[in-house]
Amino acid sequence: MSDWRYWLGQNRGTLLAFFFFIAMFAIYVSNHPAGFSANVVQTAANKGVLLALVAMAQTFVVITAGIDLSVGMVFVLTNCLASWIVVGTGWSAALGVAGVLLTGLACGAINGLIVIYGRLQPIVATIATGAVYFGFALLLRPVPGGDVYGPLADALTGRVFGVLPASMVALAAVVLVVWIPYSRSAVGRAAYAVGSSETAAYMSGVPVGAAKFCAYLLSGLAAALGGLFLTFVTYSGEASAANGNTYTLFSIAAVVLGGVSLFGGSGSAIGAVFGALMFRTIGDLLFVFNLDPLWQPLFQGLVLLAAVCVGSARLFQVRNRLELFP
Amino acid sequence: MAIAKGEGGVNRAEQTASPILRMEGVSKRYGGVRALANADLTVFAGRIHAVLGENGAGKSTLIKILAGVVTPDSGRIVLDGAEVAFDSPAAANRAGIVCIFQELSLIPDLSVADNVAISNPPRRLGMIDRRAQRRLAEDALERAGAPDIHPMALVKDLPLSRRQMVEIAKALARKPRVLILDEATSALTAADVAKVFVVLKRLRQEGLALLFISHRMHEIAELADECTVFRNGANVATYAAGAKSDNEVVEMMIGREYSHVFPPKPPPRPAGATPLLEVRNLSWADRLRDISFTAEAGEVVGLGGLDGQGQRELLLALFGVLRGVSGEIRVAGVPASPSSPHAAKAKTIGMALIPEDRKTEGLMLPMSVRENLSFAALPRVSRGGVIDSAREQGLVGEMIDLLDINTAGTDAAAGSLSGGNQQKVVIAKWLMAEPRIILLNDPTRGIDVGTKQEIYRLLRRLADQGAAIVFYTTDYDELIGCCDRALVLYDGAVRRVLRGADITERALIASALNIGTEAPVAAGEGSAP
Amino acid sequence: MSEGTQARSTGAFLRRIDPPVAIAFGCVIAMLLLGSLYSRSFLSPEYLLQQLKVASFLGVIATGTMIVILLGQIDLSIPWVVAVGGMMSTAATGWGPVGEAMAIPFGVACGVVLGLFNGFGVAYLRIPSMIITLAVNAVAQGLMVVHTGGFSPQDASSPAMRALATGELLFGLPNALIVWAAVGAGAIFLLNRTTFGRAVYGIGNRERAAYLSGIDTQRVVLIAFALAGGLSAFGGVLLAGYASKAAQAMGDAYLLPAIASVVLGGASILGGRGNYLGTVAGVILITLLQSILSVVQMPEAGRQITYGVVIIAMLLLYGRESRAR
Repeated sequence: MSDWRYWLGQNRGTLLAFFFFIAMFAIYVSNHPAGFSANVVQTAANKGVLLALVAMAQTFVVITAGIDLSVGMVFVLTNCLASWIVVGTGWSAALGVAGVLLTGLACGAINGLIVIYGRLQPIVATIATGAVYFGFALLLRPVPGGDVYGPLADALTGRVFGVLPASMVALAAVVLVVWIPYSRSAVGRAAYAVGSSETAAYMSGVPVGAAKFCAYLLSGLAAALGGLFLTFVTYSGEASAANGNTYTLFSIAAVVLGGVSLFGGSGSAIGAVFGALMFRTIGDLLFVFNLDPLWQPLFQGLVLLAAVCVGSARLFQVRNRLELFP
Repeated sequence: MAIAKGEGGVNRAEQTASPILRMEGVSKRYGGVRALANADLTVFAGRIHAVLGENGAGKSTLIKILAGVVTPDSGRIVLDGAEVAFDSPAAANRAGIVCIFQELSLIPDLSVADNVAISNPPRRLGMIDRRAQRRLAEDALERAGAPDIHPMALVKDLPLSRRQMVEIAKALARKPRVLILDEATSALTAADVAKVFVVLKRLRQEGLALLFISHRMHEIAELADECTVFRNGANVATYAAGAKSDNEVVEMMIGREYSHVFPPKPPPRPAGATPLLEVRNLSWADRLRDISFTAEAGEVVGLGGLDGQGQRELLLALFGVLRGVSGEIRVAGVPASPSSPHAAKAKTIGMALIPEDRKTEGLMLPMSVRENLSFAALPRVSRGGVIDSAREQGLVGEMIDLLDINTAGTDAAAGSLSGGNQQKVVIAKWLMAEPRIILLNDPTRGIDVGTKQEIYRLLRRLADQGAAIVFYTTDYDELIGCCDRALVLYDGAVRRVLRGADITERALIASALNIGTEAPVAAGEGSAP
Repeated sequence: MSEGTQARSTGAFLRRIDPPVAIAFGCVIAMLLLGSLYSRSFLSPEYLLQQLKVASFLGVIATGTMIVILLGQIDLSIPWVVAVGGMMSTAATGWGPVGEAMAIPFGVACGVVLGLFNGFGVAYLRIPSMIITLAVNAVAQGLMVVHTGGFSPQDASSPAMRALATGELLFGLPNALIVWAAVGAGAIFLLNRTTFGRAVYGIGNRERAAYLSGIDTQRVVLIAFALAGGLSAFGGVLLAGYASKAAQAMGDAYLLPAIASVVLGGASILGGRGNYLGTVAGVILITLLQSILSVVQMPEAGRQITYGVVIIAMLLLYGRESRAR
């Protein structure tokens, strides 16, 4: 088998997600009343990037065979914080951005410490920390409000060269600066190792604790980037539990659609990004086909259901049923 | 003696004065079990040192301590004259001690190259240098004798023998000074074993110290310069290879006069009207090819051959675990194709399988002995889905008496029992289901000799009571002593069928290695031509 | 009984109590005592009964959650299955006298159907429970949004539903509590005395061994999820009875508490270990915590934080996995 074939095999999930997204997006713009205009793409991009960032956050943790049910709440918390501190002059806004990102890192660190040193299962630990983060969000913004540094917000939600959505460019930048170096670094690969088989990783001398901690840290960072971007889009901060929960659950959906295995050890944040964009496009498809928005949640749910069922169809190729019980 | 050992053996007279590695007074306790008691071991560079002993004698624990996987309770390890202590496998690796484990330490979802370089990948600008890593992997695979493995292949897509070769390559890539092999050849094909031996001998010549654990006397005879026997957690003897006979060695391993006692076998029965189990042209994936055989009621049929020739898969196929099995299975003349163990257990078929790994496949360790014992026979101890405690307790008590299971009460957790007693619980669990065909997957692995004898007697008794028994074992003596007939498998097909007095070690080994075609396979048995 | 045997049987009894269950009940008592420092009414029978009544709704839901967690799985479809139970039963009430009489069974049946989807996905398609229950949750939400047109559901609950949730038949004991007690008794019987329960523990402990022992693991998982769905929906029915009608997103507030109750009661999230009494303690603990936080008029922000911190603290006490070596 040539190298090309191996590469295809390993990145199958991501490539599938990419093609499905392109297909869906093509259907969307071709049926949109305003057609394939820069405006249409920009609006779609802004919404999609939000979920893409949270999905990226989830990916970091899922690769280590964990799960982070607090990503949505970190997203909301950083949104509320940004609406307070990313204001004023250029310098104070820059400091604000740093503060928001640091908060995200701190949330990730707390999650990581509890899971690794407390040795609690991620699913329960992050449900609890999510509640704590949401509490802080409520402290910051009991009612929606606030503001954000205009020039930066407009720049990132607007267009580059009059055509490309700035949000997509920013997303691509995040992937290039955060994901690519991580996935190719030793600690990134250690995360894959830990997710694939923690015992084998330990026996091979892989730094298990450091790999997991780094994953949770980056998850917090990505969620904070998402919260920051939400502030740029809405120009305010809102402590909405419903919103936080939705983003958490949708991030899991996006991750699965993007070909990342919930069992850990395989998948890519790039796939998760396309999974998120795909998921968002589904809702928009209803709009262009003039389907009652009332039906959107159902449609999204059915698509998710179909996607996971199809995704598991590969399990039908299993010849030895014992492999189904790890 | 050991001097003429083919290429490369270091002449004893020229051996280095001081050992590269010394373990002194090492002890380790796991709960109430003493795994190692003041164990010693001395290893020299440029030599191959074999470690023998029964399961539970402490060899694995010793190796794990050396490899940094567990920490000893007491004792010291001296490497190159300096005392060392390893708190993790990474630390041991840094000191130059690399271990190839029996349970592979490969990451399934990563590529071969990633795995080979996993502990210290070549880096560039903070990221892993993939090209350099690939070259490293290719070099290591070449050194290990497996240049055909593609570095980009995912480990989980490789068959077990290839994975073991990757494991060896990975160990070599770490430039060890002491290389430890813990039953590392158990999964390899015969051809790969030969290649690995060449590699090991070359490493010895290069000055590596090699420590290897094996049960296979012929491997030890071919490779080792000296041997150490462990028993009950301590080093009972160290001697130059070839200085002791096999019997003497086994006696040292079990600590008493060695006599394999098998219950007497009945004379071969005349063929009954319909055999209890009939298998015809059974095939699966590329692991089982056209297997046909029968098992009569009252017969003990053994599956032999080297590891990994399809014996386990055959048992799983009969029990309904494998999908896509083609061929015919008949139980008492009635066609049967169980699609799951649940179906295989049903009264119409009546099969039981004592699985390979009792800890992960046979028992639920945290649950009580009673709950484990009744688990396969729940309909017998319940009425309408409700468990009848009295009946359960009664049957459980019967089984404990029947098999002489040593347990601190029926409510004790199954995990608290010794290995031999755990295996008895697994067997008893299935006996409660009253099966007519009993399949056993290496049932005496890792069990003390006393319990083994009990299991042999039990199997013969069950056969006398009318069951058909098919059992896979890696122990030639068991095949010779227990079985009325032995099927030797090679590469997924039945190579030879031996009966009664024809079951000899020579015949078994010859067929296992696919050598010679003395007696042709009897018509109607074995594989289709 | 002589003193010796009495001491021995007490000792045996104490040894059989699971440490986490004891700790959970201990915390309940500690919380009540702490609360009584704030106000004597914390120890009054009226307050305690009221708490038990409110706890009953969570208790019914948590029973289903516990069975799924014992299997080593998770049910994230609780929010909208609860809502389905509430909305479908109130909808049935509006369908004439037959509908009204069958309102409760109908609501529960809807939950069972959703649970069957979950169970089928997990058992037969081997989809991770986290994701299939998430998907089913989304579909259930979609269905309810279509059903209600996006507005608050206007249907009222049937008298039977109201009676179950708010009435007091026996000696002033709330009906809801009796319902929970009945459900709980059923659960204890199911888990400890039936082959199904034995299989659940076996699968949760080591599915591979249970499968190889000839247990029809697929059927057990399917039934377990169906039960969980039915119980979640039943919780929704009771909630609708309590409020006299259903509400949008009425189940959202029950997902985290349900899982937390089970885990705080000593059950392992990985499956195979857990005692129903522990879940009872966990449910009461969570309910008390929420109630105390609202009585001392802590703002929502503080409540959330306290909630999360308490759960983490208690889990650190006894929910930790053992060390690798």
